[in-house]
Amino acid sequence: MSLFQVRIHGRGGQGVVTAAEMLSVAAFKEGRHAQAFPSFGSERTGAPVVAFCRIDDREIRLREPVMQPDALIIQDPTLLHQVDVFSGLARDGYIMINTTRTFDALGIGEFVREFDPAHLCTVPATELALRHVGRPLPNAALLGGFAAATGRISLACVSEAIRETFSGKIAEGNVAAASEAFEHVRKEIGEAAHA
Amino acid sequence: MLKQIEGSRAVAEAVGLCRPEVICAYPISPQTHIVEALGEMVKAGQIEGCEYINVESEFAAMSVAIGASAAGARAYTATASQGLLFMAEAVFNASGLGLPIVMTVANRAIGAPINIWNDHTDSMSQRDCGWIQLFAETNQEALDLHIQAFRLGEELSLPVMVCMDGFILTHAVERVDMPTQSQVDAYLPPFEPRQVLDPAEPVSIGAMVGPEAFLEVRYLAHDKQMRALELIPGWAEEFRKAFGRESGGLMHTYRCEDADTIVVALGSVLGTVKDTVDEMRDRGAKIGVLGITCFRPWPSAAVRTALGKACRVVVLEKSLAVGLGGIVSTNVRTCYSGNPDCVHTVIAGLGGRAITRASLSRMLDTALEGKLEALTFLDLDKPLVERALAREREQRRSGPIAENILRDLGTVASKVT
Repeated sequence: MSLFQVRIHGRGGQGVVTAAEMLSVAAFKEGRHAQAFPSFGSERTGAPVVAFCRIDDREIRLREPVMQPDALIIQDPTLLHQVDVFSGLARDGYIMINTTRTFDALGIGEFVREFDPAHLCTVPATELALRHVGRPLPNAALLGGFAAATGRISLACVSEAIRETFSGKIAEGNVAAASEAFEHVRKEIGEAAHA
Repeated sequence: MLKQIEGSRAVAEAVGLCRPEVICAYPISPQTHIVEALGEMVKAGQIEGCEYINVESEFAAMSVAIGASAAGARAYTATASQGLLFMAEAVFNASGLGLPIVMTVANRAIGAPINIWNDHTDSMSQRDCGWIQLFAETNQEALDLHIQAFRLGEELSLPVMVCMDGFILTHAVERVDMPTQSQVDAYLPPFEPRQVLDPAEPVSIGAMVGPEAFLEVRYLAHDKQMRALELIPGWAEEFRKAFGRESGGLMHTYRCEDADTIVVALGSVLGTVKDTVDEMRDRGAKIGVLGITCFRPWPSAAVRTALGKACRVVVLEKSLAVGLGGIVSTNVRTCYSGNPDCVHTVIAGLGGRAITRASLSRMLDTALEGKLEALTFLDLDKPLVERALAREREQRRSGPIAENILRDLGTVASKVT
């Protein structure tokens, strides 16, 4: 599999950097090369934060920020109209948004008209995290959704990465949230295929 | 053992495997994760016989390292940016006294304007302090260089600075092969100091030396660094045999064999440069890369050989000698056999500005066309600079430059990169 680049947008405190790191650990567990790094700077709670993850079958030498992502994970939909989150995303890219609303309701229905419907996913990740972990941290759940949408990593490896990052109840809660997000996205893609 | 971990963590674990006896450090971004991890490891008893000393400043950190090393302990510290400047006096003392301290510098810009992001200004400001300076290209090389640094420093009785790009490497999570304790023990013998403060055999260290012998002491410091040049390749080779991978040494060349243009750089940007060079090679350009690992001592002969028949040299550097241009390129010119006008300086990546393939490719294409200026500032926002200059022309009290330029730029929070 050739180079696959992911950009994660969220806000300080939402675990954006941790999400990129967990994604790289999951890919590592699949035997792939992976590189995760944050866009440094506004390390303040609530400020827009970006983190990156590259996955490849060979050593990754490139150190520039991800400017042409193959997939976007948006942890906070309020960023959609504040930050140029879609910058560099190709038409065949993936978009995964943490929301209970639709792309139309978020005001980006027109923008994604040309995209493959099976690449457009919404996951109620905050709700899943609240239910399974008790805190509104959507990062792990979104990685479960990412696994289902892109098929680039397995849910098993995502779960392993989550258990390496967290421990005990928090780990298991996040694994449960990721698993439910995985099923949610699988269903969502199935519906898109039959639409 | 293969691990997917943060660069800082990888370095901390490697330092732990080197069995340090005293670790003293004061936290500063982007070095913090390294010393935090080491603090946790010492507290958990994972590093046997090691004392972790919280100090009140970087000046104290280096002073404690000097004391520890003079008492015969294997000493380690880490810093960055203003922290390195704050300890500068003690940094010169460590090398002047010949104490083999190992220090990580998580490279970061120097203010003002205050900036926490990566460039090489901090390490370059200390390039003539008498320490050995090694620059890591990847996290794997960063951890390997620390193991080599203790060996190298203690053998020569010289301090070693391992420079790794702040954030770009320190905060990147990527695959590293972590050696075992027995591998490191086999490569790194226990510290046998050349001089030691021992109550049983009292000596003093740190005499005042007047004009009668100061030159001679300094000559010996230079001579020692020249000897390091001869020994470093051998130790890197020994490392390769013991650990099964190429790390360290004086430098690395990439696709230089038939290259008529060679890009010279240090540190993590080399990966992006190599990817760019591969693309250009596919387009038929005869271009290669020379990565300098050992910046001090400066490997003159090796650089001269590597640049060989190249008729154009582009030195990409993350530091600026204000009022001159390049620092690395000035070093390169001293050992380039061709026309010194063919050595170009490209200042890039200052204060964390991303160095992209697109920008490198454009700049190198210009170089191949023979149109690259002697000194280039990669991706300089010329209209922004022009506005600042116009303001100064138009009014005497033009105000603070940094604040003005930020106002001109407007909000940057909406930008992705």
